[in-house]
Amino acid sequence: MHSLPSDDIEMRMLIEAVYLKYNYDFRDYTGASQKRRVVAALRAMECETISALQARVMHDPAAFAQLLQFLTIPVTEMFRDPDYYLAVRRLVVPFLKTYPSLNVWVAGCSTGEEVYSLAILLHEEGLLERTQMYATDINPESLEAARRGVMPLDKMRAYTENYQKAGGTRAFSDYYTAAYGGALFDRALVENVTFADHSLATDAVFAETHFISCRNVMIYFNRRLQNRVLGLFHESLCHRGFLGLGGKESIDFSSFAQQFEPLAKRERVFRKVAS
Amino acid sequence: MNAAVDPGPQEGALRAALRGRRFDAVVIGGSAGGVDALVALLPAIPAGYSLPVFCILHMPGDRDSRLAELFDERLPVPVKEAADKEEIAPGTVYFAGPGYHLSVERDRTFSISCEPPVHFARPAIDVLMESSADTYGPGLAGILLTGANHDGADGMARIRARGGFTVVQDPADAQVPTMPVSAINRCKPNLILPLARIHALLPMLEMNEP
Repeated sequence: MHSLPSDDIEMRMLIEAVYLKYNYDFRDYTGASQKRRVVAALRAMECETISALQARVMHDPAAFAQLLQFLTIPVTEMFRDPDYYLAVRRLVVPFLKTYPSLNVWVAGCSTGEEVYSLAILLHEEGLLERTQMYATDINPESLEAARRGVMPLDKMRAYTENYQKAGGTRAFSDYYTAAYGGALFDRALVENVTFADHSLATDAVFAETHFISCRNVMIYFNRRLQNRVLGLFHESLCHRGFLGLGGKESIDFSSFAQQFEPLAKRERVFRKVAS
Repeated sequence: MNAAVDPGPQEGALRAALRGRRFDAVVIGGSAGGVDALVALLPAIPAGYSLPVFCILHMPGDRDSRLAELFDERLPVPVKEAADKEEIAPGTVYFAGPGYHLSVERDRTFSISCEPPVHFARPAIDVLMESSADTYGPGLAGILLTGANHDGADGMARIRARGGFTVVQDPADAQVPTMPVSAINRCKPNLILPLARIHALLPMLEMNEP
């Protein structure tokens, strides 16, 4: 057997140490992008080697909190892929309207851009008041940012354009005010949102849901973890519930390929098949 | 093509440069002028070619790209956009899709990610080349073409560092020389060739035995 390159060995040891010490499970994340993010952490945290970073993280919880910001991927935008939101509005919302109360789960919500986008959409469709939304992530700093709901002002132009393409029916600026050096989103949007720490890698289903949106989260997982997560979603979704994924994500390679049917193939909106 | 450009080494010299090497994959990156360069270069791939070829070009915006479709009609081998978690098949030309970085994983599957752009580019050539170099080591041939950006220089350097083979388009022959010049300064490539000689080299990559 060939020996592994040293940095592969160090990566494995770091990820194992993080799991054993802090209970964050990154062991089934895809390797290439994870390594890139750890290399970025090395530079930012001024460590010579991954082993040195590991030693620091083991003995200093603050260093781990810093590393966690690299291990998770807080890159997102409001109404990213407007066609997705348009498909949700046109194809999913009519079904959601038939329920007296709704549970919606934004899994891997990061800094909340998708949560506010969906809340706006549900509000405009008259559904927000009867919706309980769960916004979950493993990164406490991201969850805190999501709770605050302050987005960079310089992004508002791009988000407004996305919002309009996504079928928005009002002026996007109705939803935020300039405050705290950014755009503070209307607190009423997240009145019924529970922001919670939940790991798709290690935690179980916590509620029955009608619609789950989990976009560009599973691309960072290997097939084993992707299958686990799709299993969670399948378990959580009600009879004929809806699942939305990222624009390049697929369930074709998973063991759940037969358990979901595409509702909007290009926009990656799926529906649980009847069991 | 510019008549003043050195025609480059002939077939015997190219073979000598490849002696002792055996490849498992080829990665080709380009930016400004890259579509034209690939239109000239990729038809060098013969039917039954055994190596997977990863192509990555900077394209404007996140919009759907039709590159894979365009080349599928022109080449005698299968051409497709690389999909997340897809197993890499021999003899197939893969294009990196728009809006996401593309990486090669150790188990020889693709993965995509939406981390921030690198050198203003997503997909970035560095990301694909570095992950390919980590996976294929000496079995990787990297080719960097025309472009107005510095993306690819780090990727080519990683390919060299892992024992792979690096070929940069002769800046005098490139539509935009910035990217080749940047890579040449960064990685001291094994060969600097005009496109016509890279065309001759591409089919040779699958035939070399130690």
